[in-house]
Amino acid sequence: MSSSTDWPLWEVFVRSRRGLSHTHAGSLHAPDAEMALRNARDLYTRRSEGVSLWVVPSTAITASSPDEKDSFFEPAGDKPYRHPTFYEIPDGVKHL
Amino acid sequence: MAAVTADQKTQGTADTADAEHLAAFDAAVAADDRIEPRDWMPEAYRASLVRQMAQHAHSEIIGMQPEANWISRAPSLRRKAILMAKVQDEAGHGLYLYSAAETLGTSREELLDKLHAGRQRYSSIFNYPTLTWADVGAIGWLVDGAAITNQVPLCRCSYGPYARAMIRICKEESFHQRQGYELLLALSRGTSAQHEMAQDAVNRWWWPSLMMFGPPDDSSAHSAQSMAWKIKRHSNDELRRRFVDICVPQAEALGLTLPDPDIRWNEDLGQHDYGAIDWTEFQEVLKGNGPCNEQRLAQRRMAHEEGAWVRDAAAAYADKHAARPGTAGAAAQHVEATA
Repeated sequence: MSSSTDWPLWEVFVRSRRGLSHTHAGSLHAPDAEMALRNARDLYTRRSEGVSLWVVPSTAITASSPDEKDSFFEPAGDKPYRHPTFYEIPDGVKHL
Repeated sequence: MAAVTADQKTQGTADTADAEHLAAFDAAVAADDRIEPRDWMPEAYRASLVRQMAQHAHSEIIGMQPEANWISRAPSLRRKAILMAKVQDEAGHGLYLYSAAETLGTSREELLDKLHAGRQRYSSIFNYPTLTWADVGAIGWLVDGAAITNQVPLCRCSYGPYARAMIRICKEESFHQRQGYELLLALSRGTSAQHEMAQDAVNRWWWPSLMMFGPPDDSSAHSAQSMAWKIKRHSNDELRRRFVDICVPQAEALGLTLPDPDIRWNEDLGQHDYGAIDWTEFQEVLKGNGPCNEQRLAQRRMAHEEGAWVRDAAAAYADKHAARPGTAGAAAQHVEATA
């Protein structure tokens, strides 16, 4: 159902302040990267929410399939020993 | 008839797969998990969301009109800057919601076409005119107030992109409501002519604001299913009553009267009772017979048509630059360098 006349879709990532990663904020349509960036500024940082913006063509994103999420992520499911809470440490032992 | 048997087998397998998908969907909704765009969902759930989100997005951008009407005549630079920021926010809210609706497989063009053809609705409230400057205040206080009451529970809606858009919108709506309240307060405490203007605006906007919550529960077409799917979390009447309870003390603080002699505290229910709503008026406005239905749609179509050359020019510019080697990604590199 996607239309041929709509401008390409871009995903917008905002770094809210220095020291933090860019986080997905939403998406927008724009004819090119430069306009996408300007539109993203007006749409997602009207209240100083960001110090840096990324715009990425939505078509450039490869996503894992929700139908396969069980089998895809399953290998990590039976490995609780990857978490520090798996290990029993005697009471009173410090800095561990 | 081997082919038929094979078809039946395929059909049988598809049904089993659908049943499994439906069970997973129902379980996710029951567990208050969010449904995300690429998850399987019942077609009726998808259609219901598209209908509601499209109507919501259209309301945001049509809602720019009654207020923009007063930008050039705002009484001070302060009020003018505030009103421009608010109208710009409404455009932003429309864009968040269009993007969220598009994750369901519809397109921006399709949504706008349906709005322009009158095949998707926007909130009836925007079919009322803004006759005086005080209407800008009444819209902020009452219309945005009703919208917030409706929208806060939508932040927990079962569809992820809609819920996320609503969180962003609700944060921004709070400014809209407060600026309206402050504007009305200034008028209410001003000259007697200003006070009267504020009261007149509240008189005209009160009942249409109550209608924003939609028809009563026993005659609301979509409510029961939407609540089962956790798209809606509270019934129309429940939210309407909550809104009345919020507004009564706020009106007192403004020194203005709500135009309903039947509003009184009900000790037993711990809520306010209020008078009967004129649902005939609501149905008439919905049918297109409100004071501004034609004007709003005509203005929207005109804005779209008159903006066509800008969209064409931007697309032509993008095509020209895409054809030139070595220019792609220049903007992105620039951002990285300054990050």
